[in-house]
Amino acid sequence: MHSTPLPPGIPAPAFTLPAGPGRQVSLADSRGRPVVLAFYPADWSPVCGNQLTLYSALTAEWDRLGAEMIGISVDGPWCHSAYGEARNLKVTLLADFEPKGAVSRAYGVYDQSKGTSQRALFVIDSDGIIRWSYLSPAEVNPGADGILEALEQLAQPEAAAARTAR
Amino acid sequence: MSSPHLKPPVGPEDHIQGGAGAEITLVEYGDFECPYCGAAYPILKRVQRRLGKKLRFVFRQFPIAESHPHAESAAEASESVAAQGGPKAFWRMHDQLFENQRALQYDDLARYAAKAGVKGDVVLNDLDEGRYRELVRESFMSGARSGVNGTPTLFIDGIRYDGPRDEEALVAALTLVEGRPVSA
Repeated sequence: MHSTPLPPGIPAPAFTLPAGPGRQVSLADSRGRPVVLAFYPADWSPVCGNQLTLYSALTAEWDRLGAEMIGISVDGPWCHSAYGEARNLKVTLLADFEPKGAVSRAYGVYDQSKGTSQRALFVIDSDGIIRWSYLSPAEVNPGADGILEALEQLAQPEAAAARTAR
Repeated sequence: MSSPHLKPPVGPEDHIQGGAGAEITLVEYGDFECPYCGAAYPILKRVQRRLGKKLRFVFRQFPIAESHPHAESAAEASESVAAQGGPKAFWRMHDQLFENQRALQYDDLARYAAKAGVKGDVVLNDLDEGRYRELVRESFMSGARSGVNGTPTLFIDGIRYDGPRDEEALVAALTLVEGRPVSA
């Protein structure tokens, strides 16, 4: 059972999730700057690894754009910390673990049949409004082009529009 | 989202193998330490041989330092070689890097540069100064904006190719580009 990701223009559902053993992260913590949520099916899967490695390699770019990059899956916090360490990831990984998949469901990106998050991206602006969302086939790494475009649009709507038109 | 497109298009700044009269352009975003790029290297060579003058091949840097600790310096070294010795030296360096992916320490890079026909100590100096870091970063960012989602990522005539990377599939994809079929 696939659902539909929340569309642009509506407030991003609030959440607080563990970001590793003993640390909690709330969406509200990031109010005042853009946030990227990258929901993905599972730690350790090859496609997810490439995707999160790419986002880690783009750390300087997220910083330049003032944005926070957050990965979310239903894996537990200990799993996330082992995975992040093994792959040298620089992305905050949140555990949508208990109640399982609750945040993924709230965003419309929970795959009931597999019991995992779908592979989906959300760009949320500094006021907490979803400005871009994208659902990718689970086996396809969506890359970063859509995120970069959406963040640049937030930063400089006119300049970004001009670049797209060119 | 439609199929991602190459931004910017291939231009004079690129590392290009094959003539301007070529009918098809294949672009690889690659990482010299990535094993998948290493596996693709001999296949792409065979594809180039089969298509001959019809194909021009372009290499763009996409080193992922998080996974491959020597990738960034290998990329910068190849740019230093290109700046010193031009396209022929660059491609000799490119080939040696892919043929020796497990030996990419500084002294290896200097040795390959010397074999490519330029000064190895200049390459090392350029690495120390980070002279080509920005150039490599620009290539990386152009890849990120073009929808590169791992290495290698290939673009055929500017459109990302997500199909299999065996020789026959690539030749088929390259020769059946819509609108102008080319015989292999």
